[in-house]
Amino acid sequence: MSDIKYILGSFGDPDEMMHGIDKLQENNITIYDVYTPMPIHGIEAKLGVKRSRIDIAAFCFGITGTCAAFALIYFCAVIDWKVNIGGKPSFALPDFIPIMFELTVLFCAFGMVLTYYASTHLFPGRAPRVMDLRATDDRFVIAIDAHENAAHTVIDDLLKDAGALEVKYNERKYISYE
Amino acid sequence: MGTHNINFSEQFEFTGKVKTLSIVGIVLGVAAIAYGFLAGDKVMHERTFANLLLMGYYFACVCMSGTFFLAVQYVAQAGWSASILRVPQAMAKTLPIAAVILVVIISAGLYTHNLYHHWHADGLTDKNSPNYDAIIAGKSVFLNVPFFLGRQLLFLGIYSIFSIMFVKFSYNEDLAGGLNSYRKSFKNACIFLVIYGFTTPIFAFDTVMSLEAHWFSTMFGWYNFAAMWVSCLATIAIIIILLRRAGYMQWVNNSHLHNLGQFIFGFSIFWTYVWFAQFLLIYYANMPEETVYFYKRFEYYKFWFFLNLAMNFLAPVLLLMDRDNKRTDIRLLFVAVVVLLGHWVDYYQMIMPGAVEDGHNGFGIIEIGIAAGFVGLFTFTVLTALSKKPLIAKNHPLLQESLHHQL
Repeated sequence: MSDIKYILGSFGDPDEMMHGIDKLQENNITIYDVYTPMPIHGIEAKLGVKRSRIDIAAFCFGITGTCAAFALIYFCAVIDWKVNIGGKPSFALPDFIPIMFELTVLFCAFGMVLTYYASTHLFPGRAPRVMDLRATDDRFVIAIDAHENAAHTVIDDLLKDAGALEVKYNERKYISYE
Repeated sequence: MGTHNINFSEQFEFTGKVKTLSIVGIVLGVAAIAYGFLAGDKVMHERTFANLLLMGYYFACVCMSGTFFLAVQYVAQAGWSASILRVPQAMAKTLPIAAVILVVIISAGLYTHNLYHHWHADGLTDKNSPNYDAIIAGKSVFLNVPFFLGRQLLFLGIYSIFSIMFVKFSYNEDLAGGLNSYRKSFKNACIFLVIYGFTTPIFAFDTVMSLEAHWFSTMFGWYNFAAMWVSCLATIAIIIILLRRAGYMQWVNNSHLHNLGQFIFGFSIFWTYVWFAQFLLIYYANMPEETVYFYKRFEYYKFWFFLNLAMNFLAPVLLLMDRDNKRTDIRLLFVAVVVLLGHWVDYYQMIMPGAVEDGHNGFGIIEIGIAAGFVGLFTFTVLTALSKKPLIAKNHPLLQESLHHQL
C-alpha cells in the first residue's frame, strides 16, 4: 500500500471538470469532494451533496433570541422594576416586539456565523487547510480518496482523458500555508 | 432544460370559460353598484362609494405596481424575470383604464359628498361658518378640491405614460432586436423609480388617508406602497401559475416561482414591519388625535383588524418559509390568493372607518359584488392586453439567463 492518500485531478475549465465527474461516476469511482474557485450550477445534485441544514440552526438560534429577549424584558419591566409609562400596563406586548425582533436577528446572525465557522473548521487564527492551493485561484479540482479506489492508473487515465491539466498525488490530506 | 423547443411566438388566447367568468364578474359588479345606489339610503350610498374606492384603488395600485415591477427589473438589470415580463407589461398596459376609473370614482364621490366629506363640506374652512374646522382649514392649502384632483390626474397620468412607454419599448424590441429598446427602458426606469418613490406616498395620502383628514401618519404612504407592491407580486404569481397550468409559458420553471415566492414572503414581512411601525408609535405616544384611528378600528372592526394581520403576516410567513412551498406551484398559488384577499381586508379596514359612519359598515352583497366586478374587469382587461402579443419578449437581451434560471 502506497502512502498516497488522495488523487487530485486539476482542471482548467469547469465544463471539462463536470465531464470528468461524469466519467468517474460511470466507472463507479467515488469522488471524495470537488473544490472550485467559484460556485457551479448543478454540481450539488451531481455529487449528491445533501442540502445544508443551516436553516434549522438559524431557526433554533432565532427562537432562542426571541425567548431571551422576552425573558429579559419581562424580568425588567414586569417583575423587577415596574415603571408607569403613560398609564399602560407593565406587561404591554407591543412594546416588547421590537426588542424581541432585534434579538432574534442578532442571535440568528451570530449563531449562523459561529455554526459556519465550526462546521468548516474555519476560525480566526487557524491556517486554512486546502488540498490544492490553486483550487482557490484558477483550477477546478476533483479529489478522490486513494485508499477507497485501488486502481490508480485507471483514475489517472480517466482524469487525463476528461481534460485534466495535471494529476497530483497527495501524501497528506491537506497542504496548509506553511 | 432545452431552450430550442420554445415557441417564441406563443400567444395567449383569451376565450372560453375565463372570458365568460370575467364577464359574469363584471355583470355582478354592475348589479351590485346598481343595487347600492338604487335600493339604499345615504348610508348605503356611502358604503357603495367606499367599496368602489376600495376596489378602484386596488385595481389601479396593482396595475401601477406592475409598472414598478418592470422598472425595478430594468434598473436592477435583472435577468431572471426576462421571460415573464409580458405579464406585468399587460398589467401596465391596463393602468390607463384603471386610472380613468379611479379618477371617475374619486370625483363622483367628492362632488356628491359621499367620499372625503371630512375635508370637503360647506364652510369647513370659513372662519365665520358654524362648520369651521381649524385643523381642516390649516390643511386646506394642500387639501383643496382643485389641487387634490390635479394631483390625482398628474400622478396617474405620469404613471400611465411611463407604463405605455415601457410596453412600447418592449414591443419595438420584438420587431427590431438590438439593445436600443433595453437602454431606453433602463433610462426611463431610473427616472420612473425616482418619481414613483416620491409620489406614491402622496398618492396614498390623498386617496386613502384624506378620508380621515383630521388624522395623519407619515408611515401611511410606505404602508400603502408595501400593500400595493405585495399584492401586485401575488397577482403576477397567480397569473403565471394559472397560465402554466393551462399549458402556456412552459419555460417558467420552479426557480422563477421560487423568486416570486421569495418576493411575496419578503414584502409581506416588509408590509408587517411598516404596519407595526405605524401602530407602535401611535400606541406608545398615546396622543388622542393619533389614537383615534386605531380606536375606530378596534371598536368597530376588531375582527377585520386581526384577520388582516393573520392573512397578510402569519399566512405568508408560515406557509412560504419553506423552500419547497415556494417551488410547488399549487402551494404558492394558495398563498398568493390568501395574500391578495388579505390586502382586500387591509384596504377594507383602511377605507371603511373614514368613509362610512361608525357601526354602519358591513359585509354583504355590495362588498362581494363590487369586488367580483373589479376582479372580472381586471381579468378581462389584463388578459385582453396579454393576448395581443406573444407571451415571451423574444429579443430581450437577458432572455437566455431567464430561460436557464436556476436557484
